[in-house]
Amino acid sequence: MQGRWRRVVRTPLGLTATVLVVAVVALAVLGPVLWGSGAGAVDTDAILARPSARHWAGTDNLGRDILLRVLVASRLSILLALLATVIAVVAGSLLGSAPFVLGRRTGRWVSAGVNIAVAFPGLLLALFFAVVFGVGATGAVLAIGLAGAPAFARLTQTLVAGVAARDYVAAARAVGIGRFRILLRHVLPNIAEPLVVNATIGAGTALLSFAGLSFLGLGVQSPSYDWGRLLYDGIGMIYVNAPAALAPGAAVLLAGLAFNLFGESVAKGLGVPVGGGLRGVGSARAGAASGPERTDQGEEAGDRSPEVVLDVRDLEVTVSGPSGPVRPVRGVSFDVRRGEAIGIVGESGSGKSMTALAVTRLLADHGRVDASRLEFLGDDLLAPDTAVRRRTLGTTLAMVFQDPMTAFNPTRRIGAQLAEVATRHQGRSRKEAMARAVDRLTAVRIPDADRRARQYPHEFSGGMRQRAMIGMGLMGAPALIVADEPTTALDVTVQQQVLDLLAAIREADDVALILISHDVTVVGEVCDRILVMYAGRIVEDLPAAELATAARHPYTRALVDAVPDMNTDPTEPLATIPGRPVDPADVPPGCAYADRCPLADARCEAEDPLLAADPAAPADSPRHRVACWQAGEPLPVRPDDRSIDDLVESP
Amino acid sequence: MPATLTVPSPPVDPARPRLWALPSVRFGVRRLRRLLVSLWVLVTASFAMIHLIPGDPVRGALGPTAPADLVAARRHALGLDGPILVQYLHYLKGLVTGDLGTSLASQLPVSDVVAQRLPATLILAGLAFLTAVVLAIPLGVVTGVLTRRGRGRRTELAFTTTSIIVATIPDFLIGVALVYVFAIQLGWLPVAGDATASAYVLPVFSLAIGPAAILARIVRVEMVGVLEADFIRTARAKRLPARAIYVGHALPNAVTAALTVGGLLLGALVAGTVLVENVFAWPGLGSTIVRSIITKDYPVVQAIVLVYGVGVLIVNLVVDVAIALLDPRSKIRED
Repeated sequence: MQGRWRRVVRTPLGLTATVLVVAVVALAVLGPVLWGSGAGAVDTDAILARPSARHWAGTDNLGRDILLRVLVASRLSILLALLATVIAVVAGSLLGSAPFVLGRRTGRWVSAGVNIAVAFPGLLLALFFAVVFGVGATGAVLAIGLAGAPAFARLTQTLVAGVAARDYVAAARAVGIGRFRILLRHVLPNIAEPLVVNATIGAGTALLSFAGLSFLGLGVQSPSYDWGRLLYDGIGMIYVNAPAALAPGAAVLLAGLAFNLFGESVAKGLGVPVGGGLRGVGSARAGAASGPERTDQGEEAGDRSPEVVLDVRDLEVTVSGPSGPVRPVRGVSFDVRRGEAIGIVGESGSGKSMTALAVTRLLADHGRVDASRLEFLGDDLLAPDTAVRRRTLGTTLAMVFQDPMTAFNPTRRIGAQLAEVATRHQGRSRKEAMARAVDRLTAVRIPDADRRARQYPHEFSGGMRQRAMIGMGLMGAPALIVADEPTTALDVTVQQQVLDLLAAIREADDVALILISHDVTVVGEVCDRILVMYAGRIVEDLPAAELATAARHPYTRALVDAVPDMNTDPTEPLATIPGRPVDPADVPPGCAYADRCPLADARCEAEDPLLAADPAAPADSPRHRVACWQAGEPLPVRPDDRSIDDLVESP
Repeated sequence: MPATLTVPSPPVDPARPRLWALPSVRFGVRRLRRLLVSLWVLVTASFAMIHLIPGDPVRGALGPTAPADLVAARRHALGLDGPILVQYLHYLKGLVTGDLGTSLASQLPVSDVVAQRLPATLILAGLAFLTAVVLAIPLGVVTGVLTRRGRGRRTELAFTTTSIIVATIPDFLIGVALVYVFAIQLGWLPVAGDATASAYVLPVFSLAIGPAAILARIVRVEMVGVLEADFIRTARAKRLPARAIYVGHALPNAVTAALTVGGLLLGALVAGTVLVENVFAWPGLGSTIVRSIITKDYPVVQAIVLVYGVGVLIVNLVVDVAIALLDPRSKIRED
């Protein structure tokens, strides 16, 4: 508790506010004692005097010192504000807890009334009550207190509802304790803290509102005076003696701010501290001091056929974690050829999505991307972004994201979101672009595309949105579609439709595809080649056809084994890979998989294997690469402890 | 054709769903109902105002020495001499026919007083709200972009602290400070009235600065949140220029929440004109209601409270409709 309060004082704002509140309260207590007689003293020689050495803020129409009057007025101002706050809090918490005590039916009427009252601004309510209770200090206290009540009622209602849902309240109810007793013993103690904090803020607001009413001449009446009344007197002579208005104005402002900010700081200090999380650290080219230290052996280095759509060499992604930089992608090299479908598989945290976002330059603020080469259609993607490159990428590189529910802008029509690509990058008119959008929606098999284009994303089903997303990628003439878990968030029945659509597009237009998935079966079905990722590395790169028969990395083989098929014994538990994936913040020196690998020996623990063409691989698949010291060694038979859970990524 | 397991669907033309099923119709009906209930509460409250005054309001207004026949005449003039239900119905009938009673002070029809004073207040509130929005949105968007993903911690702290402090300062104190600086010290702008265009500057800014600070803060928080959203990544995947992403995709989503608060602010701003009008001797409803409260001119007070209340209700309605248009999901969310 003490630590939490210390946190309040530790921020500069909180400290200032605390000091101010203490000073204002001290002034309220001592002011009238110290300067009470001085403030009332009439100086007939100096009526309406301007500031002087004798009267720092000048004098009023009776020759009384304005500064002393401002100091003395602190007590009445603060007292009245506190009284009004007490009224607001008491009336508000009574109204707010009424629904709990009175039960649902009567309570509904009370909360409906509160809801209507809250919709009207406080000052309007205060004016209403000022009429009812009459002009003067008493009327103003009641007016401001009651005007503040609905807001407190709303707050109490919310807080009570929150506590009322908890188990101990239910338990108390179950044993037959009365609602009123529950409210007093279980609910109120639990909501006292936020109520007090808000009351502090409320006191500041009440102080300022009170000054407002007095300033209008509806609050404190002569011969009594509070800050608002002094301001009322002062504003009339602002041209003669500005401090007469400025001094009480400054006083009320300072005091009001003090209470308000003190309350806000306490609220913030007692609340949950804001966490750090991952922060972006800019972007830089490889070759700098922090460049990749060691990486995969690229395939056919030097041979950059024009057929290569995407060329990635030594890709690294660095994000800053809570304890220093973390590298979720640690040196990845691969290329994608025209029309080729590449699957990237791996457990969650293996860096596959990071890789996809990094090669498409969509990582932005999330982390830093380093590579010795990153080229798309011969364009250097590591170079600074230009309008020309945006146009090229916007029309030739399509993305499909995991969650179609959140990937569309909810405030714009689907058609407009597609058409934007054409108006922005292809210089088409709005009408042409819209026609193209409808055409593309038809192409991705959305029925009644003309009408659908005019609908909002929330009117689309998940599968239809994912198809529309693919359609968005087809607005240009894509050379590559990067699909990051495109079916994970979808219903099983529509997953196949989306995969079929991707396959059809690929075939029709010779479009390359990178399909990221945790599902080996999906990838094996759609793709030509598969990259298996583990702990930010590619551990095996093999033709999809060889997946079931010729996988050489023990991790790949474990992944394949973990997939149940028609021959899997349903009475046996499903297969798993024992152990946990590597924490990217703490990667071991040797092979990252060694810890979980049944073949691991001393070398695996010490030396990290490179991804290289496997000499033992069949001669007819020269592009088969593997990063393992024990590649192809027979696995020991382990029929026990297997389940698929560790493989399945939560969407 | 093989038998399929389809349930026969009801014969509804998919292009024209039943009226009640349309989200916008349901939304409209619900919203209208709430408006009517609030309006009824408001009218009843303004009627009840006089009756809630402790003691005898007429005697209170005229003083203890006033002759009995004057009190009776005044009571009759206020329509306070029949059974309460009759008074209430009479009051409602008056409202429907546009008869708001007669001012006790000026003997003019209250409707004339209101009609004469309303435009000045409307213009003041409208200009102030526009100014607040014009100041707040660019400020919020820019700071939001600068402080996204935990960047610019110092900017964020400075901005948040300043906006909290500025938002706390009541409009009439801002008014006094502006008068001191721009009218008295610099002599650039007039201090009172609405005779010239330059006379609008200080009152409008007095009213606008506070709401602008709050609004800018909300727009910033919303921008920071929206910039994390998946659809922003989609927009980036479309390779739109930064400005198109921030203004075209992020802003509409950030503005929805800002509008909700903006509606409350505009309501408060309507009421805030009362104080600011009194600082600047603005010939609107605000200066009139205060004078009428002090002189106990109840018919005028009742009418102006009603006008302010209706103004707030209209603002709330407009905001709700605007949100529904901007964010099509909100119509359903409320269901």
